[in-house]
Amino acid sequence: MQLSEWHSGVLDPQGPIAIAERTILLNSTVIMLMVIVPVIVLTLIFAWWFRTSNHRARYLPDWSYSGPMELVVWSIPTLVILFLGGIAWIGSHELDPSKPLTSNATPLDVEVVSLDWKWLFIYPSLGIASVNRLVVPAGAPLRLRLTSATVMNSFFIPQLGSQIYTMAGMVTKLNLQADHAGIYPGLSAQFSGQGFSDMRFDAVVMQTTQFAQWIETTKKVDHALNTSSYAQLARPSVQVDQTLFSSIDAHLFDEVVNGAGMLHTMQTVQNNAAVAAP
Amino acid sequence: MLGKLSWAAIPLHQPIPLVASAVVIVGITAVLVLVIYKGWLPYLWREWITSVDHKRIGVMYIVLALIMLMRGFIDAMMMRTQLAVAAGSAQGYLPPEHYNQIFSAHGTIMIFMVGMTFMVGLMNFVVPLQIGARDVAFPVLNSVSFWLTAAGALLINLSLVVGEFARTGWLAYPPLSELAYSPGVGVDYYLWALQIAGVGSLLSGINLTTTILKLRTYGMGYARMPIFCWTALASNLLIIAAFPILTATLGMLLLDRYLGFHFFTNDFGGNAMMYINLIWAWGHPEVYILMLPAFGVFSAVISTFSSKPLFGYRSMIMATMSICMLSFMVWLHHFFTMGAGADVNGFFGIMTMIIAVPTGVKVFNWLFTLYGGRVRFETPLLWALGFMITFVIGGMTGVLLAIPPADFVLHNSLFLIAHFHNVIIGGVMFGAYAGYTFWFPKAFGFTLHERLGKAIFWCWLIGFYLAFMPLYILGLMGATRRMQHYSEMSWQPLMVVALVGAVIILLGIILTVVQLVVSIRARQSRKVGGDPWNGRTLEWSISSPPPSYNFIDLPQVSAPDSFWLTKQSDKPISDQHHDPDDVTPPTIPSPSAVGFVTAFFAVITGFALVWHIDWMAIMGLLCIVITWLVYAWRNSDDNEVSSQTIETFDASSAKSQTT
Ligand code: HEM
Ligand SMILES: [Cu+2]
Repeated sequence: MQLSEWHSGVLDPQGPIAIAERTILLNSTVIMLMVIVPVIVLTLIFAWWFRTSNHRARYLPDWSYSGPMELVVWSIPTLVILFLGGIAWIGSHELDPSKPLTSNATPLDVEVVSLDWKWLFIYPSLGIASVNRLVVPAGAPLRLRLTSATVMNSFFIPQLGSQIYTMAGMVTKLNLQADHAGIYPGLSAQFSGQGFSDMRFDAVVMQTTQFAQWIETTKKVDHALNTSSYAQLARPSVQVDQTLFSSIDAHLFDEVVNGAGMLHTMQTVQNNAAVAAP
Repeated sequence: MLGKLSWAAIPLHQPIPLVASAVVIVGITAVLVLVIYKGWLPYLWREWITSVDHKRIGVMYIVLALIMLMRGFIDAMMMRTQLAVAAGSAQGYLPPEHYNQIFSAHGTIMIFMVGMTFMVGLMNFVVPLQIGARDVAFPVLNSVSFWLTAAGALLINLSLVVGEFARTGWLAYPPLSELAYSPGVGVDYYLWALQIAGVGSLLSGINLTTTILKLRTYGMGYARMPIFCWTALASNLLIIAAFPILTATLGMLLLDRYLGFHFFTNDFGGNAMMYINLIWAWGHPEVYILMLPAFGVFSAVISTFSSKPLFGYRSMIMATMSICMLSFMVWLHHFFTMGAGADVNGFFGIMTMIIAVPTGVKVFNWLFTLYGGRVRFETPLLWALGFMITFVIGGMTGVLLAIPPADFVLHNSLFLIAHFHNVIIGGVMFGAYAGYTFWFPKAFGFTLHERLGKAIFWCWLIGFYLAFMPLYILGLMGATRRMQHYSEMSWQPLMVVALVGAVIILLGIILTVVQLVVSIRARQSRKVGGDPWNGRTLEWSISSPPPSYNFIDLPQVSAPDSFWLTKQSDKPISDQHHDPDDVTPPTIPSPSAVGFVTAFFAVITGFALVWHIDWMAIMGLLCIVITWLVYAWRNSDDNEVSSQTIETFDASSAKSQTT
């Protein structure tokens, strides 16, 4: 199988974060292989050469200590780890999910809510929203604020890089960017119950002009995201179709974070569970 | 009267659990009938169930681990077959409500009832023999620990027949595991089973630590302890430090679920992140609780079968103890993706990598132990070599996952699943098998069939690579863990390869049973003396199986490989032998039913708590207290071993040595 066939994988990155992460992944692997491979080969050689039936091999029945060897034994792993530790420290800072990306393009803000079992994307500055379909312009930084209306989930688009948890009552931040137009699969990486496997969404990356058109058409669908349609949406459901909302309640995200939306969902979950329980 | 329990709890309308529970019930009944019909019950009761002999208890731990391995593996097969078919629009044969129970049960059983149980069993059997002690420090407590572990195992398996198991994964993260999202009894089964088994583990940790600290024989300073005892000490210190955290954490979740507390709920100020931190503050040390004794097994095996002392003994001790301490400082690497910030992530990433240094040192030391040896390719050594090769790969992917930005794309993926099976199967399971093959002749006086042993090794090795290497690739392709189905058809071929690998492991497990049966039937011709492998440590200096009191005279040692030195110095071993008139006879504690009875009532209490049957829970607890009171007022305790018994034993083992 060729690498290029691995659509949707982390080895096929489509944005700066994902590219940087793949580089770290590959570099570190190569560095470690330089130690791992000799160890594996030496294990096989030593075991085979010093087999009992090989009379040419020297038997050293008491050889159990050697100062220089001890030094080597402690310093090889130490050096490797010093090096990788540097990568880890720098990488954590450079690729911190909450660190804004520098770019000339105007960033797009999106608020993400994980629900049982679908994703709600709210565009606060555009006044629109969507379910299970995250539409973004190519080349512009994305500033995501995420929370959960129910249990924990993890927001992840493998080809765009970094995932982050969504947790009720809390807001996590994630900065991503997509370089090219295309449709990239997104998913929840944190198990969240019954409908978890279907908690998929499409990350649709468009050229700027197309994106502007999409905003216009969305504003015309005449479907409002308000308290009642949100309550409807928040009920546990699986395989929810991608839907668009032409207008939003500006405080919805904060209300979900503060628990107003949540209490309601909990009630419905409880009712649902009572029905479903054997 | 019966709380939440009703006929609806029996899965009469669900074919898969129904058949599974029918098979379990028929199996258990068949064994019981056979035992009673053959009249074995009194023997089993006297010699095993009420035994407080550390060797018997060790063997029972391992029997329990092997039985639970079958159960856990059946779960694994079900998951692998499900994922091999549930691609595209197919949903497979296991709906989410079953599939989610299966991976939760698989993980819970494999970690607590296979990994833990196997390692504790090996330590129980080996440690007193290697330090020249007659038993553990608290033999009756040891029996209580074992039976509590068995009680936990029974409760988990009971959930198959009555009710359901948790659908929340092996660590039951809230808020999913809270009443609001998991109203059924599954999570309660999980919690009470682990609380009961956890108490057993803690008690056994205290017991073995005390044994190692206090009961070493003459001359055995810390720097003369066999390395397996060092790893056992480190592992049990970790148990003592970590298991109370588990008990407290699960206790808080129980308070949430039973008494309406809000430690981890979404509402009223609960904080689920707290649970995740706490559970991993136990969870990461836990992986070293499993891993360290396995390191000890490999050290013993590699040095024995190279006919050389372990290279860098002191370095090994340093490495073991630094792993022991560092393992408490890395827990956050399990949730880099929680958004803690760059400094925190960077710190825990580096701490995690630092553990790779002592681990790497260990690998090099094993390598140099082979160097200059006379390497005998017996089955235990094959497991050790397979381990060295497999484990470094798992270690490498572990360090990758410790780099926060790499973890951001690999967290919770099948890459992670591949990584930890890589270290757990390649490390803990291979170590368990190596130890099992290595010490089996010591426990029973005959060896296991070698050809079958090697076949088992190759099945596990090849099966492992086929089953888990594809998962690394799938993880890189973006596949997450705990999926019940997936839409990408391109993932299916690799899933099928993984299934093939699992089938090969299945063959290895079947052969394990075959090997046991074949070896037992041929036991007369497979008899061996006290030292079948040309061993190095004290356990090989006594007969196989050892007498109940292990050592007549407590031996005097001057080095970690003391028995090897004795053999080298041409002094006949019988020089160490006792003069029957000269010694004070050893005492051994009398058998006690207190462990079994306590566990019996613990099962009843746990079951009652799961189903909210208050009167039964109170009765059960009361009965446990009464059991202990009765035990506390017992009249007799230790039995002196009469010199006649000793002579009979000597005579019979001398006879079997010569035949
Ligand atoms: C013997 C062959 C084994 C096979 C074929 C196997 C297979 C699997 C599979 C398919 C999963 C689910 C992966 C997913 O989430 O998609 C899994 C999860 C897991 N396995 Fe194994 N496994 C094996 C042995 C073990 C052993 C020996 C242990 C530990 C001692 C273990 C511990 C776990 C744990 C802790 C999980 C995570 C469960 C969870 O997600 O909550 N497994 N295994
Ligand atoms: Cu860890």
